[in-house]
Amino acid sequence: MLQEWVLLLISFCYLGILFAIAYYGAKRADAGRSIISNPYIYTLSIAVYCTAWTFYGSVGRAATTGVGFLPIYLGPTLMAALWWFVLRKIIRIAKVHRITSIADFISSRYAKDPMIGGIVTIIAVVGILPYFSIQLKAVSTSFNVLHTFQGPTVAQYVAGSIWRDTALYVTLVLSVFSILFGTRHIDASERHEGMVAAIAFESVVKLVAFLVAGIFISIYLFSGPAGLLQDAAKTPELSKLMKLEALNGGYTSWFTLTFLSMMAILFLPRQFHILVVENVNEDHVKKAIWLFPLYLFMINIFVLPIALAGLLTFPGGLVDPDTFVLSIPLHAHQDLVALLVYLGGLSAATGMVIVATIALSTMVCNDLVMPVLLRVRSIRKRDLSSVLLTIRRGSILGILLLGYAFFRLIGESYALVTLGLVSFAAAAQFAPAILIGIFWKGASRRGATAALIAGFAVWGYTLLIPSFARSGWIATSILEPGPFGLAFLGPYHLFGLDMFDPLTHSVFWSMLANVGFLIGVSLFDRQNAMERLQAVQFVDVFHHGGLDSHLYSGTATVSELRNLLERFMGTDHAWKAFFEYSQQHDFDAQTTPYADSDLVRFVERKLAGTIGAASARVMISSVVKGEEISIDGVMKILDETSQVIGYSRRLEEKSRQLEKATTELRAANKRLTELDRLKDDFVSTVTHELRTPLTSIRAFSEILRDNPAIEPEEHQKFLDIIVKESERLTRLINQVLDLAKIESESAKWTTERVHLNEVIDEALSSISQLFIENAIELKRNVPVEPIFVMADRDRLIQVVINLLSNAAKFCDPEQGQVTVLLNAHSGKARVTVADNGPGIQPDEQERIFGKFHQLKGLRDEKPKGSGLGLTICHRIINYHGGNIWVESIPESGANFIFELSLVESNK
Amino acid sequence: MAESNQQNERLIVMLIIGVIALNYPLLSLFSKVELIFGIPILYLYLFVFWFIFIVCIAVIVEKTKSQPLLTDLLNSKRVE
Repeated sequence: MLQEWVLLLISFCYLGILFAIAYYGAKRADAGRSIISNPYIYTLSIAVYCTAWTFYGSVGRAATTGVGFLPIYLGPTLMAALWWFVLRKIIRIAKVHRITSIADFISSRYAKDPMIGGIVTIIAVVGILPYFSIQLKAVSTSFNVLHTFQGPTVAQYVAGSIWRDTALYVTLVLSVFSILFGTRHIDASERHEGMVAAIAFESVVKLVAFLVAGIFISIYLFSGPAGLLQDAAKTPELSKLMKLEALNGGYTSWFTLTFLSMMAILFLPRQFHILVVENVNEDHVKKAIWLFPLYLFMINIFVLPIALAGLLTFPGGLVDPDTFVLSIPLHAHQDLVALLVYLGGLSAATGMVIVATIALSTMVCNDLVMPVLLRVRSIRKRDLSSVLLTIRRGSILGILLLGYAFFRLIGESYALVTLGLVSFAAAAQFAPAILIGIFWKGASRRGATAALIAGFAVWGYTLLIPSFARSGWIATSILEPGPFGLAFLGPYHLFGLDMFDPLTHSVFWSMLANVGFLIGVSLFDRQNAMERLQAVQFVDVFHHGGLDSHLYSGTATVSELRNLLERFMGTDHAWKAFFEYSQQHDFDAQTTPYADSDLVRFVERKLAGTIGAASARVMISSVVKGEEISIDGVMKILDETSQVIGYSRRLEEKSRQLEKATTELRAANKRLTELDRLKDDFVSTVTHELRTPLTSIRAFSEILRDNPAIEPEEHQKFLDIIVKESERLTRLINQVLDLAKIESESAKWTTERVHLNEVIDEALSSISQLFIENAIELKRNVPVEPIFVMADRDRLIQVVINLLSNAAKFCDPEQGQVTVLLNAHSGKARVTVADNGPGIQPDEQERIFGKFHQLKGLRDEKPKGSGLGLTICHRIINYHGGNIWVESIPESGANFIFELSLVESNK
Repeated sequence: MAESNQQNERLIVMLIIGVIALNYPLLSLFSKVELIFGIPILYLYLFVFWFIFIVCIAVIVEKTKSQPLLTDLLNSKRVE
């Protein structure tokens, strides 16, 4: 047990640390060296989602409904998958339009209608009250438990005099704290960097505290989580919690909770504030998409073990499950752990209260109070900057006191989570207006107004009023059978729909009404120009984000505009803003009497950041004289811009295609030129080759004709030469024809089972004469066992002969040596023809099988072959599905190798 | 843009998978009192799926470089 004054001291010290962090963060921001501009701080600040609800309530919920606490965290995880798609768009819109709150966002989307902003603000304030009451309840309960815990006895909340109520003092302290934190600046669109830093710190504290509690309880007090769970599984009471049926409402309720939390993570005012308004850089969303779910994952791991441990330690329901995290360490006399848990809970609660009150006070001030104030003419002319701050501060106090009132009235009869879910259902009412609004231009102002009112009304009737009734403030006859005894109007079974739990029932009807009205009314509505303008700017924000000038064609004097800013922002800020503008736009405020449309727009945006878009618009139009350019004109400009962008995009696409086609064409052209050159070379080679034998045939024939008296021996020799040369001629012509045939694929192939050993022997015998004549040593290395392949026998012989005659041509002229090698391994038959000639340069090796390619520069002689032999070999082997290649080390010979698939020898 | 679109498509598919895996009827397969590694099967399933889901999202988001949008390019040119 801890002394009350120790607790108070520690609590205030903790709040002091928060202040120090916030102060430091704000100072760094002013100096331009932000400490929050990174995705990790952004993620931690989003974790303001985990409030006292998570910290105390989850355990309580797990103790009664088993997995029922989890959908609240699974929903945001699922939604995070959509962030890159949805949230980034919202952030971009908010940045372009200087949005300061969710009310501002919705009203801007629907023609900057102040009425919509007001409705959203009212929904947000009323909807958030249950949520505030959770935090107050949690902090005051944890404070009381910590200094009055007496062991497992029935903890009685004494609702005595209001002045002895801890919750009231908690409320007041938190109000002062939030006021000091959140309303230092007037410009609400200026980010609260100090606050974000403090919130991120709180997120770390609560995570660490909860993990420590979880580890302490499950490992130190029990024999690890697994042992604890096994103990629990033996108790029939507790084993029920391990099934989904423990959740009241079963799978339907599970689905509803998931859906609600998916909406809540984006559209609770404080989440919207942290995610959108306080966002520094869109790219931070990328990391947060998976880091934030990871945070949720970690803070939930120990919830069930703690809940079961609590149920095992305090059987019989003597201790409120919502306080298990605290009471278990106290029961084990571990005051330090309990103190840490208390601080974690305090972090969770204060974080939520600070952000939510800042968000809400901005909304109340800009969207509820200002529009009313500005209607009063006399106020319009006064300096309002201090009034603005007072309104914000007052609304923070007011909202928190309302939350306290709600807590006094209702809080005690509900568990933490049940109350929070009422708030979630309220926040979900914003979802259709935003989600549909940023993707569908047709959503109209009247549609959104009807949708919000209808959704809110149904929510109030089916969730809020029953909670008053159940707390005894309204007669319970409204629940059963129904108001005025009409059963079909019963808030828990509207029109007789009684298959759902109350929450699902409410969400179903309110969403039906909300979405139904939004779409239904919009479809039959005619939007005016302003609505269309805002719709286009929101939906197509990625297409023309920067367009905002040309709005005003009327005239306004520079001094009037400056006066306007001074009234709302204070003299210093106004002058600073004008200075900034003149720096950026090369504009001298002293010499230019009339403002251009850029400046008007600039002032409107500055004002929007202070008093909201709707009010800013009213104020600006009171200063600008003459007509605004017709909004139809603006629409035209917008259309033109998007058309131009469309054209340029298409142009880009076309030019990319063109470029690609050009590259292809260039490559094709190069190939063609190369082929053409090769063809020319070939023709000249072939002609040359043809002429050589022809010349000698002709020469010897003439000798024979002109010299009849030639000796018979000579005569015979000449005839031999003629015959030989003719043969060479025939061979050459045959090769050309062969290649042409193979190329044109008209050659006839007869594939059969071929005995490869025989093929080689046949080729050897037909070419052996050549080797003997040139005194080249021919080595034959062919195995005895037969090797079979499927092939055209004659073609294969041709390949071997070609390779051998090549080898004969290129081998060493003095001590020529050629080896033929046949072997088979791993399903392939391999034939190698090796010579000991000069070898082939690596760069030539790749091209040697190309058509018409001849090895040049060998011993400065003319090319030796027709340039077709290897090409033909290549084609033939390819046709058989084999491979042919050359391996060569220059100056030490070349190996020509081909491989074909084996067939079974016994087939 | 094509790459960024593909990323969006993948994320949306992940969302659909998540919604299916975390709802009736798939969930009912695990709703029984049975311990695996000493952990109730329903919890094991939920937490393991949760973790895998986070890893998948992380891989999808971190793997693809998002391209700057056309308007950003136009704006940056305008500033110059």
